[in-house]
Amino acid sequence: MRIARANRLTPYMFMAPAAIIMAIALLYPLGYMVWGSFRAWNPSQSIGEAEFVGLRNYIFLWNDPNFHESLIVTLKFAFFVVSLEMLIGVGLALLLDRNIRGMSVLRTLFILPMMIAPVVVGLMWRYMYHPTVGTFNTTLESWGLPKVDWLGDHALMSIIIADIWQWTPFIFILSLAALQSLPRSALEAAKIDGATGWQQIIHIKLPLMMPVLIVTCLLRLIDAFKVLEVILVMTAGGPGLSTEILALRISRTATEFRELGVAAAMSNYLLILLLFFTVAMFLFTKWQEARARRLAAAIQEDD
Amino acid sequence: MPKIHLENLIKRYGDVQVLHGIELEMADNEFTVLVGPSGCGKSTTLRMIAGLEDVTEGEIYVDGNPVSHLEPKDRDLAMVFQDYALYPHMNVAKNMSFALRLQKRPKAEIDAKVRDVAATLGLTDYLLRKPGELSGGQRQRVAMGRALTRDAGIFLFDEPLSNLDAKLRGQMRAELALMSQRVQKNMIYVTHDQIEAMTLADRIVVMHSGYIQQQGTPQELFKRPVNKFVAGFLGMPPMNFLEGTIEDRGGQTFITGDGFDLVLTEERAASAKTAQKRHVTLGVRPSDLTYAPDSAPDQALELNVMVSEYVGAQSVLLCTCGAAKVMVELGSDTPVALGQTLKFAVNPAGIHLFDRESEVAL
Repeated sequence: MRIARANRLTPYMFMAPAAIIMAIALLYPLGYMVWGSFRAWNPSQSIGEAEFVGLRNYIFLWNDPNFHESLIVTLKFAFFVVSLEMLIGVGLALLLDRNIRGMSVLRTLFILPMMIAPVVVGLMWRYMYHPTVGTFNTTLESWGLPKVDWLGDHALMSIIIADIWQWTPFIFILSLAALQSLPRSALEAAKIDGATGWQQIIHIKLPLMMPVLIVTCLLRLIDAFKVLEVILVMTAGGPGLSTEILALRISRTATEFRELGVAAAMSNYLLILLLFFTVAMFLFTKWQEARARRLAAAIQEDD
Repeated sequence: MPKIHLENLIKRYGDVQVLHGIELEMADNEFTVLVGPSGCGKSTTLRMIAGLEDVTEGEIYVDGNPVSHLEPKDRDLAMVFQDYALYPHMNVAKNMSFALRLQKRPKAEIDAKVRDVAATLGLTDYLLRKPGELSGGQRQRVAMGRALTRDAGIFLFDEPLSNLDAKLRGQMRAELALMSQRVQKNMIYVTHDQIEAMTLADRIVVMHSGYIQQQGTPQELFKRPVNKFVAGFLGMPPMNFLEGTIEDRGGQTFITGDGFDLVLTEERAASAKTAQKRHVTLGVRPSDLTYAPDSAPDQALELNVMVSEYVGAQSVLLCTCGAAKVMVELGSDTPVALGQTLKFAVNPAGIHLFDRESEVAL
């Protein structure tokens, strides 16, 4: 009896060290942040010395036009980046899903931007966008076209372009994998049924890729809300607040404005937003699993 | 006028040639079965007709018009795939009506057609289900339904029954036969199962390593195979082959080998002598052997019974004749015991002779 119970507990005993470390490494900082967000907290103070102010930080942010500005920039950035990346990534995958000589080399080349460290990407693009010596403006000039103030008047567009360059391959690769795992014979059947290339995409390929595309889209969305390094290096949020996405504002609130409580509250707002997407993704996969189970059950009933 | 004509069809993948000049004519409303072992080129031929594979050389004519440059959708054909190839995200009705919806036919016409076909296939209750919610047999029916709804001129079948279990396969085979009688279209059917070929075909085309071995009605192929491959491929249990030599003795011609010495009819003897050397292969179907203890030694095989497979009314005996193995099919009530050596009379009309080197029938 006692041995049986010990046996049942064995797996948990083995898991315990990892679980404890996880709890400390994950939950402690998180709890610390939530706790800090209720305080007027200066970096020179320890958290115990900081004054408890209840929801004041949250209410302050709720009414802070700079925070609104930053939130809107973040939402704009995420929306444009994700929708354009999805469009280009899926489009490229649909175009390149065929057997051409050298295709594997081409595919490897496509992934390169993803492998470069974000800081390097930021630096690269900052130099390319440079108003006088940057690649873009010197090229425009040599064609006799007017220069563009990339990181000034069009800063948000410029960082969106850089992000698209870096992250489209991610969507491209996942879409291509989804495409290549589609049932070949269903596509052949569609050809025989009279579907043109375009109709095959609309009626067969895209609907069958949809589960992968939804998950990819959510992953990118979550990532886009957290982007920091590339923008920090390229514009540092400027000019004005035009490219100050939330992650950047959080970091500046904590370091420059020395308001750890407000920064923590802001992080929590972002966390809630991301949690919303994560839960949406979780529910989506759950729903898919339930559907698969229901299908399997229906088949068994029939047999 | 032949409805479909394959003219010297050749297929190469890089340096590998898989089809070597296929010549074939299919008459209007004919049910043609391409049959052969895996890798014989039968599926490739079908897929070339469908337009899913490019034609390397040669031409496909439908009603006299060359079609090999056309897209599949412009060839007026419907196809049933081995794995059914249903659209997983569409329900049965949508699957069946896909082609018609692409043609932008009126909705009422599409609905009527789908309901009509579904009724004949017993799918009416399943129209709103997705393929994932159907059993294998039902999916197979939907695949057929999709082809039928098209109302195409040519129906292609690529091993449509091989994913089903044995019982369902027999059932669907019978339904297919019924359907082909009712629909009256040109049907081309690919299979590796010779029973499907024998039961369904108006014309069987036996293929092997990219060549057509023989074509004709099931009866022709069964009774007069042109070579050892066709003889061994069609018929279940398969034909027995024994190595022998032709000998003339006392005005008669014999075929003699390890453990047997059979006299040949005059007609057979004449054709046997066309063999280049006198070495031939004797072919006898298991059903052409009958248990006959009193038969003359020059008209019977003496076989040692090793294994008896009871399959109901019939039993299949696995025997040895010298070093060779011989199968016999006979009624289960025949009194045979394992280990005995018994005499089995050979039906003189059932003697097939093949040249041992070229394997061509004599």
